[in-house]
Amino acid sequence: MTEFAELAPAPPAIPRGAAARPSFSIVPVQAIPIVAVVLGGLVVSIAGNWLWALDFYHVVGGGLWTGVDLFVGFVVGPIIGRMSIPARVEFSTRFMPKMLLLMPTLVTMTLASGWQLARHLGNLQAGYPHHPWLVASYIVVGVMALVAIAVLEPANLAVLFELKKPQPNGELIARLMRRFIYTAGITGVAQIATLVIMTRVAVA
Amino acid sequence: MAAAPRPAERPLPPVSQLCVSALACAVVGTILVAARMPRDVSLLPSVLLLALGAVLLLASIVLLTRISPFAWDVFARVAGWSLAGYIVIAGMIEFAFIYDSTPGRVLAVLSGTLALFAIDVPLLLGFSVARYQVPGESPAPDPRRD
Repeated sequence: MTEFAELAPAPPAIPRGAAARPSFSIVPVQAIPIVAVVLGGLVVSIAGNWLWALDFYHVVGGGLWTGVDLFVGFVVGPIIGRMSIPARVEFSTRFMPKMLLLMPTLVTMTLASGWQLARHLGNLQAGYPHHPWLVASYIVVGVMALVAIAVLEPANLAVLFELKKPQPNGELIARLMRRFIYTAGITGVAQIATLVIMTRVAVA
Repeated sequence: MAAAPRPAERPLPPVSQLCVSALACAVVGTILVAARMPRDVSLLPSVLLLALGAVLLLASIVLLTRISPFAWDVFARVAGWSLAGYIVIAGMIEFAFIYDSTPGRVLAVLSGTLALFAIDVPLLLGFSVARYQVPGESPAPDPRRD
């Protein structure tokens, strides 16, 4: 059994009052109805096999997913890295709860509508001439899903819970936030691969 | 007397690593099925990956239950809400499989993989948050409220 006789509280790396941390909700509850409407529309589009709506969901969701991922990884990320700790903390408290709802919604929109769209157009068939490109897209999406679910989402939640504490451990937050920087390269390559694959399939 | 380990520094069993490996098994197994649809091909690789994923998940649960002390209240809150969310997601995907008349054997493998996914991710999220909390010191806030 893993035993720990006593756990000492973490010494605060961010002294109380040093950072003007705005009050925040880990899950932005006020945005949930918007997410529900978006996902409800997705279910209706899939159930009705409505080609235009499926295409709309796939293109809009995929474009935003790719755009937000690349923008955050290569533009916002390096800027945050150069900010002072209090500024980083304040930015994170406003930014990360939004990402907690935004990204899963965009991913669900893109993948669900994309699968149904491909099924509707017959692209899932093994006899489809560009089937290898689709298989490549499954692999790319699999890698991105693993990075997002296994690395980024746990770090995002852990940072938000740490920021909720009266005296957050700045060292821990910085360590967890580094995961976003380390994975930016993988995500960037995967997203560019997705753009190549999808544009190839679109003109096939 | 040596200082007690801080929550962020104490050694913990590889629960996260096992959960991530189980998730990787689920992802690879699903890709193998999706890449060969609708051909009637052997499901053996996907079934083996599903079984391996289930063993890894079980191992992570066993290791998790042996950690003491642990912020179980925080774990239960995060894993519980995540489980609710991921059951909805898995339910939607399952509905799509049934709606698309996925053949029985393939549906069975995909449903098992979905179940693995819906249990594994909340476990991973709950552990990832609770591991940095001091057990019983100050309960983490309700994630829905300020």
